[in-house]
Amino acid sequence: MGSDMVTNATNFSRSGLSDWIIQRFSAVILAAYTLFILAVLVSMPELNYESWREVFSKNSVRLFSVISLLALCGHTWVGMWTVGTDYLTDRQLGGKGTFIRLIYQSFCVLLIAVYLLWGIQIFWGS
Amino acid sequence: MLLITGTNRNNKNNLYATVLYQVKDTRPVNLDLTTVKFPLPAITSILHRISGVGLFLGIGVVLYFLQLSLESEAGFERVLELLRATPVKLTIWLILAGLLYHLIAGVKHLLMDWGLGESREGALRGAQVTLVLAIVAAALSWGLIW
Repeated sequence: MGSDMVTNATNFSRSGLSDWIIQRFSAVILAAYTLFILAVLVSMPELNYESWREVFSKNSVRLFSVISLLALCGHTWVGMWTVGTDYLTDRQLGGKGTFIRLIYQSFCVLLIAVYLLWGIQIFWGS
Repeated sequence: MLLITGTNRNNKNNLYATVLYQVKDTRPVNLDLTTVKFPLPAITSILHRISGVGLFLGIGVVLYFLQLSLESEAGFERVLELLRATPVKLTIWLILAGLLYHLIAGVKHLLMDWGLGESREGALRGAQVTLVLAIVAAALSWGLIW
C-alpha cells in the first residue's frame, strides 16, 4: 500500500497544483484553436485544396497549431492520468490494478508521443 | 493513530504519504455504482470524462484526415470522397460533437473554478445549460457534415 502511494504521486508535474494549472491553461488554448478551425471551415464554403493549404502554410497558423499541439499533449496526459488513477486502481480491479494502470499509462505516453511527432510533421513539415 | 516520527516530520513526501495512507485506509468505501444516485451534474461530469477519453483516440483520426488533406490535391479529393461514406460521416460527427461537448462542459468547469454556479441549484442549472448547448452544437455539426 505504501508503494502504491508513490506510484499515484507520479503525475505529470509531480504536483497537483501544477497539473491543475496545466489543465486549465491548455484548455483555454485548445478552446481558442477549436473555435479558430471551426471559423475557418464555416467561413470558407467553397473550400478547395489551394485555399485549405494556404491557411495552414501561414506561419502564424503553424505557430498556433504547434502551440495547440503541445497544449493537447499536456491536456491529454493530465486528463488520462486523472481518469486512470480514479478507475484503474487496486481498489477497483483487485491486486492487478497497479499493473493495469502502468500498461494504460505507457500506452497513453506512447500515443501522445506519436501525436506530437506526427502533428509537428503535418504542421511544419509540409 | 497517526504517528509521525522525527525523521518523517522533516520529510514532506513521507508526511504526505503517511497522512493520505491513513485517510485512504479509514474512510468508508461505497463504490457500488448501482446504489449511487446520479444527479444531472454528475452525469454531465462523467460525460465530460467519457468524451475526453474518446477524443484522445479520435485525435488520431483527425490527424490522419488533416495529413491526407494537406498532402496533395489527390489527398484532398480522397478526404472529400471518404467523407461521403456514412460510417466516416458518423465517426467525424461523433468526434466533432464530442469535442464541442467537452469544450462546453470545460467552459462550465472553468466558470465553476471561478466560483460561479457552485451552489446546488447553480450546479443543476449549469448542467442543464451544458446539455442544451451541447445538443444544439451536436445538431449544428450534423448539419455541417451532412
